[in-house]
Amino acid sequence: MKDFKDLRKAFSMHVDLDAFIPATDEEKAYMVQMRPSSTFFRDGVKRLLKNKVATVSLIVIIIITLSSLFIPLFWPYEFGEQLGIQPGKPVDSSYGNLAPFEYGKTEQERIAAGEKIFPHIFGTDERGRDYFIRVVYGTRISLAVGFFASIIVLIIGMTIGSISGYCGGAVDLVIMRIVDIIYSLPDMLMVILLASVLKKTLGTALEGTALERIGTNIISLFIVFGVLYWVSMSRLIRGQILSLREQEYVLASRAAGAKGSWIIRKHLLPNSISVVIISTALQIPNAIFTESFLSFLGLGVNAPMPSLGSLASDALNGLSSYPYRMIIPAIVISLIVLSLNLFGDGLRDAFDPKLRN
Amino acid sequence: MSEHIEKNGDILVDVRHLKQYFNINVGWLKTKPLKAVDDVSFSIRRGETLGLVGESGCGKTTVGRSILHLYQPTAGEVIFNGHPIKSKADIRELREKATMVFQDPYSSLNPRMTVSDIIGEPLDIHKAYKNKEERLHRILELMDQVGLNSEHASRYAHEFSGGQRQRIGIARALALKPDFIVCDEPVSALDVSIQAQVINMFVELQEQMNLTYLFIAHDILVVRHISDRIAVMYLGKMVELADAAEIYDQPLHPYTRSLMSAVPQPDPKVAKANKRIVLSGDIPSPLNAPSGCPFRTRCPNAAPCCAEAMPEFKEVKPGHFVACHRLNEI
Repeated sequence: MKDFKDLRKAFSMHVDLDAFIPATDEEKAYMVQMRPSSTFFRDGVKRLLKNKVATVSLIVIIIITLSSLFIPLFWPYEFGEQLGIQPGKPVDSSYGNLAPFEYGKTEQERIAAGEKIFPHIFGTDERGRDYFIRVVYGTRISLAVGFFASIIVLIIGMTIGSISGYCGGAVDLVIMRIVDIIYSLPDMLMVILLASVLKKTLGTALEGTALERIGTNIISLFIVFGVLYWVSMSRLIRGQILSLREQEYVLASRAAGAKGSWIIRKHLLPNSISVVIISTALQIPNAIFTESFLSFLGLGVNAPMPSLGSLASDALNGLSSYPYRMIIPAIVISLIVLSLNLFGDGLRDAFDPKLRN
Repeated sequence: MSEHIEKNGDILVDVRHLKQYFNINVGWLKTKPLKAVDDVSFSIRRGETLGLVGESGCGKTTVGRSILHLYQPTAGEVIFNGHPIKSKADIRELREKATMVFQDPYSSLNPRMTVSDIIGEPLDIHKAYKNKEERLHRILELMDQVGLNSEHASRYAHEFSGGQRQRIGIARALALKPDFIVCDEPVSALDVSIQAQVINMFVELQEQMNLTYLFIAHDILVVRHISDRIAVMYLGKMVELADAAEIYDQPLHPYTRSLMSAVPQPDPKVAKANKRIVLSGDIPSPLNAPSGCPFRTRCPNAAPCCAEAMPEFKEVKPGHFVACHRLNEI
């Protein structure tokens, strides 16, 4: 029997140190490359900015968002203000249905007197409300609905999807069958039914609360999104988690004593975050579109609050005389949805090269 | 043999009749147990390295994972440091004292975490530090121990080579100062020169920290080099267990003999003199394991008695265990 413990070191390499000259400090400093570590996120942003279409879309989105946020701050007209109605005076019908850059009767008098009046860029609607500020407000509402609805979808979908994927077995089976049931319902029908039912029931329930100011219709919209649209998100995340939880680093974490919530938070979600960001970005235009569609049908926001869909719907009445009132909100919706979609595609290419076709 | 073997009484890990079955779906709503590990018993002494060899799919990795209770064993008992592992609290305690080094250095490190977070994860889970400085200090100490540069701490795993990644994995395993490490083919994904470095590091760490290893591998030469004793598995069962040199020079079980004859010899004269024992057929599926001795379908010495019962795993020489019916006849 040989002693193998001594033989174990036989694998080491022997180098003649006399053949080498010690490096000077300068040479050492030259060899140490302290480049900052490139993270996944930074790499993705770099790839995203190289994509011209996505960058332009991002700029368009930023411009639309910022203008919808800040223009109402300094615009002299309010979205609900009927310019022809002054307290204590008879209704001035000359303010209704002004063409772009036209002025009402009293305004013309004031201009003649040398005063400067802010123009009605898109004219006014049939009630004498400045149309430009209504479009800006409508954009704000549509963007807000799209954004928050996507956040709601994200939170619900992520929670349910990650639980379903991580637990597996019977839990997964039950959740996925519920998802299948919701998936198989005709969603537009459900949206319309839910929106009209919730509009009635929520009205009384919300009376006197802070939520009343937002409007029952918007809240019912959020509920509709929360109830119906989380399913595809949860499916997506479940699939991600299912493949990630078989990775050895998850096993290593379990071997170190990690519990389920730790593994989901530290390992599974960070690794599926790119898919989550991408599908959320693609969810926003979807939500905006649905909101516009519901508002067009009269199930959207409460009057006098405008949204792009309700503006388009109102414009239907005078379509032949005032076609621009239909065209303007339609263009804005298309611009938002198109640029968000293109940006979402860019995000996908930058952050998840595997999904690219 | 080395000093570790003489200390017979100090057993760190004692595995008794460990069984690990997985239910496999065969057809609709029908399951069948897959006997990945079937009634395996052995013990590992403190400071010792037990090598575990066998073909792919014979249950080596499953044994390692079942000992750590990463799978809940179907039956049997694991006694760690004198305490049987039964309740969840026992398992929690085990997690601090026994860890694992994984085979694939690519998939065992989270690509979204920095090296310091990967190494520090066990510390974070067990809250084994008082403040941030203590955590960083411990992480840098661990990195130094496995030969990683401290300036790598903020890098991501994909920026490293295979050998360096395996060092990160080892540093993570050492974070809680464990007594026992299951090394699940830790070098088989590395190329030969890196294998040597990593194995030498395992030996050095063992000497420094008085570690005990269960070293799983399919490379007999690597296992012989690092192990004090070697266990051979076949189809979920242990067929032979003996001192490393003895099992290498005088294998008793027909499967071990064939395995040892397949080890390449550097000296062509020796290689010519050795007769290679070639087994016929393939390893049977563990779903339809043969009755009696699992090896009988491929054994050159199989007799009718082999089909009847599983041979007992008995000590034929001091410290040399074999499971074979016909040991005296062949």
